[in-house]
Amino acid sequence: MRLPCPLCGDRDRREFYYQGHAVMLERPLRDAGANAWDDYLHNRDNPAGETRDLWHHEAGCGAWIVVTRNTVTHEVLGAILAENAKKTGAQA
Amino acid sequence: MVKLIAKSPCAGLLPKTIGTVTLTEIDAGRMTLVAPFAGQKKSVSDALKSSIGVGFPAPNRTSGTTPRAVWCGRGQALIIGADCPDLEGAACVDHSDAWAIVQIDGADATALLARLTPIDLRASTFKRGHTARTLIGHMTGGITRLGVQSFEVMVMRSMAATLMHDLTQAAQNIAARADVGD
Ligand SMILES: [Zn+2]
Repeated sequence: MRLPCPLCGDRDRREFYYQGHAVMLERPLRDAGANAWDDYLHNRDNPAGETRDLWHHEAGCGAWIVVTRNTVTHEVLGAILAENAKKTGAQA
Repeated sequence: MVKLIAKSPCAGLLPKTIGTVTLTEIDAGRMTLVAPFAGQKKSVSDALKSSIGVGFPAPNRTSGTTPRAVWCGRGQALIIGADCPDLEGAACVDHSDAWAIVQIDGADATALLARLTPIDLRASTFKRGHTARTLIGHMTGGITRLGVQSFEVMVMRSMAATLMHDLTQAAQNIAARADVGD
């Protein structure tokens, strides 16, 4: 499996650390309430199909990236820097 | 005052020739990690260019020869072989003596590295002046192509002996295969 780091190009999966769903970037406001925080911290979908996850290129450039991939076909559809995903709400 | 004797990271370990491959330590001299603050990359690059003649390199690239700048991660580069000027818009950290740097020359240089790193080293993809942050064995480090059969590999200084072990073993394995005619 290779992931397309937006800075480094296609790289071996061994160079990356997997964090989890990219929903982690959408942190609720401090006073959003217990349900929103419970959702944010603990509840995740388990999609059959496209999903967006956060990966860290720890043995490479050190960037956090948002990877869009398909859990059924294992196809990797694209990646963007997490900093850009946060700034613009862009999708990989 | 006591005069201490400087010891290079690979002292006593290099140089070495194994099969077609020669391993030599590179003394980088002065080294500074430069990390421009948000939105400051252009002004930092301009300041570097006007004071030491090399700009801030693009990702996966190096610029200049002596001195030179080597990209080494998101928003970071190493300035090698010159005192780093005062840079308003960047965090600068002295890395002199922090890295073990080895030059690998020879016909099997690519084959040797291919045993240790997952990146694509083909000359059509990884050209002279290209650099990569990647895995070297179990270590993270940097690989730069210097020429057709020539690379530079760098890891943190504390990993010098491990790097030498990995490079030596890979070179010996390649040489052994050549001896028995593959
Ligand atoms: Zn990367």
